[in-house]
Amino acid sequence: MFAYYLELALRSLKRNRVLTALMVMALALGIGATITTLTVLRLLSGDPLPQKSAQLFYPQIDPNAKEGYIEGQTKPDQLMAYPDAMNLLQAHRGTHQAAMALTQAKVMPKQVNARPFFSDAVMTTADFFAMFDAPFQYGGGWTAADDDGRAQLVVIAGFLNDKLFAGANSVGRVIRINDHDLRIVGVLKPWAPQPRFYAQDLGGRSYGDGDAVFLPLQTARAMEMGPQDTECYAAVPDIRHLETAPCEWLGVWVELDSVAAVADYKTFLDGYVKQQVALGRFQRTETSLLDLMGWLRQEQVVPDDVRLQAGLAFGFLLICVVNTVGLLLAKCLRRSAEIGVRRALGATRREIFTQFMVEAGIVGLAGGVLGLLFAELGLLGIRHQPAEYASLAHLDTWMFMFTFVVALVASLVAGILPAWRACVLAPAPQLKAA
Amino acid sequence: MDILPILSTLRRHKLTSWLLILEIALTCAIVCNAVFLIGQRLQRMDMPSGVAEHELLQIQVADVMTPSNPYARLAEDIAVLRQVPGVQSVASSNQVPFGNSSSNANIRLDPAQQERTLNATTYFGENLSQTLGTRLVSGRDLQPDDFVDVEAALKALGTGDSKSLPHVTLITQALAERLWPGQNPLGRIIYLTPVVGLRVVGVLDSLARPNAYDTAQAQYTTVMPLRMGADKDLSYLIRTRPEDRANVLAAALAALKKADPQRVVTIKRSFDDVRQKFFQDDRAMAGMLVGVIVALLIVTALGIVGLASFWVAQRRRMIGVRRALGATRANILHYFQTENFLLATIGIALGMVLAYGINLFLMLHYELPRLPAVYFPVGAIVLWLIGQVAVLGPAMRAAAVPPVVATRSV
Repeated sequence: MFAYYLELALRSLKRNRVLTALMVMALALGIGATITTLTVLRLLSGDPLPQKSAQLFYPQIDPNAKEGYIEGQTKPDQLMAYPDAMNLLQAHRGTHQAAMALTQAKVMPKQVNARPFFSDAVMTTADFFAMFDAPFQYGGGWTAADDDGRAQLVVIAGFLNDKLFAGANSVGRVIRINDHDLRIVGVLKPWAPQPRFYAQDLGGRSYGDGDAVFLPLQTARAMEMGPQDTECYAAVPDIRHLETAPCEWLGVWVELDSVAAVADYKTFLDGYVKQQVALGRFQRTETSLLDLMGWLRQEQVVPDDVRLQAGLAFGFLLICVVNTVGLLLAKCLRRSAEIGVRRALGATRREIFTQFMVEAGIVGLAGGVLGLLFAELGLLGIRHQPAEYASLAHLDTWMFMFTFVVALVASLVAGILPAWRACVLAPAPQLKAA
Repeated sequence: MDILPILSTLRRHKLTSWLLILEIALTCAIVCNAVFLIGQRLQRMDMPSGVAEHELLQIQVADVMTPSNPYARLAEDIAVLRQVPGVQSVASSNQVPFGNSSSNANIRLDPAQQERTLNATTYFGENLSQTLGTRLVSGRDLQPDDFVDVEAALKALGTGDSKSLPHVTLITQALAERLWPGQNPLGRIIYLTPVVGLRVVGVLDSLARPNAYDTAQAQYTTVMPLRMGADKDLSYLIRTRPEDRANVLAAALAALKKADPQRVVTIKRSFDDVRQKFFQDDRAMAGMLVGVIVALLIVTALGIVGLASFWVAQRRRMIGVRRALGATRANILHYFQTENFLLATIGIALGMVLAYGINLFLMLHYELPRLPAVYFPVGAIVLWLIGQVAVLGPAMRAAAVPPVVATRSV
């Protein structure tokens, strides 16, 4: 029976090629726009570390002056000052914990005539790699002892290793960064979480390439490398000694493996802040301990423009669906006589309904295929845009399948009204008119 | 043209009429808001910088080895750049308008105040006003004896040694108006810390922040008399004639390279490039919105063509009868045109309400201003025109139906 409906539908669609093309085209445009913007939205609001994100937490505290503070309403600061970050790290309350800041590293290649270049760098502490599951190609990270001893060592990204050492195992070799010789202890496999969650609010971009150089925090500071973003909460006596200045420039992450551990840590954090208040260092007691995805939501890491575009695309799809309803309805009403004949020959209402839904479904599938083409074109356009996430915009298997789901749902929704009108048509008057 | 017969016909085609009205309403709502968003973006891209944009070049270099005396290095570089033919003026600066990378300070009006009054950007460097081409509205420009070394000033912040601290500043008109509304800002003092106050000696017409993301705070700018040494964050700004820019940039780079072949050029661009880059997201978004509007109008127009064609085909017999009874071709043409006009009008009326609703939603979630009323008539006229253009073809086909159809069976 289904094969018969398919044949009928195809014949009917072929009879009025212009109208069919119009319906398919409009639906495809709507689907193309929707899939393009949804792909980008999905990409940008994705989980950067799916296997780990539920265990990663971002503690926040508030060292600002009492003035302007409303209890229970003022949000704590995004960044942390050096003494607080070190106190939290040294308490070792989480499975792993690390403090980090972004900086620029001037890399001097060893080759003759090679020019120095600047690379994105992270200055952080030993647990960074284990906590974020950063995969190593060669070697490994450094230890807490290396942190304390300001060891002259560094971890580099695979792409920097390719550039400097042609991809060979460079562990143990020396690289010149900011006029200091550092020993390479590890080379990462390609690693670029999207969004670049650990860089959020540290003064870097939220999406795009991974960092090239990872140095121990104390080592980098001894080399006078400065953070990309510094926020000061009180008058600064000396900005060059960031470790003692009342300035926030570090992000701290902790790994907490159970609900109990999270609750414990929150208690610890509150206790720490109360202790600082008692010492007279702090005036505000607000703290926060968001998990990774919660932190990204609070930071509104997905640009407003992208959400606006997705909304716009859905509006567009809605109009295309309304358009398809109108055209399908027009087609079906013109075929009243044919329906009358089929009903008179014994077709039930359900059969007429199914026949028209099959026809709508075919329009939807055709719209989906063409829509996929439009979506690929749209993503090509996005890749040529100046946005930092541009190079990431690709259709994945899920979105590929989702395209057809959207297409079928859209066309079947559009088909219900015309199919219903067709099946409730009384056969006798139509036969008479014919 | 009598409207009543049209209404009675439409009443017999309620469903298709409502679908058309719905489509027009949705299109009208989205187009109104999209045009409004485009207007917002274009307005933002037009943000004034306050500098001679078509005459400026920016060069940033990084030394391989940190120079032993950055101040001497800076003086050498400036001297080298001044020698380049076509260069009118050279400045050193910590930042440029719309350059993104910025240095900012919390400003207080009272030394005892703990919370800042506001956050403003701080420009420093030598010879800035002449090179940037900023316009002084009142007071005086910074004088050579106002300047102190930035290193010494940072040290003095700790020791409180007032001799090494700057004492005066320039601010923009917008900042002055925000800090002291309606009053003369000259001679007033802004505090960076409880001990460091700067007296306002001059007011600039306009100078945008490097980080002008928020239009309201884009002009919160101060210029301080601080001398920087050569540093990777320092820019050389060159003023030249617009037509000489490419040549001067190439010659300036060559001259700097000649002075030290080892250094790395990290930025070399004209100010036009700076503006282009800063507003590129806005331009891309505006372009996308134009695309959506065009696609929407085409889809809606095609929908109208489709439904109108269907109606004409369905009413061939009725048209024939009317023609046989004496209606002219023009009557038939006008009939379909009026019908479309009626449907479009209802759709537009609904669309306006919907447009307003969408705008309210956007105001709530995206910090957009209220949709100005001027967009409503514009949206209405566009949709009326689209409707009339789309219905013309089917209506002409209807007018061409011969009266003899009335006597034939369908």
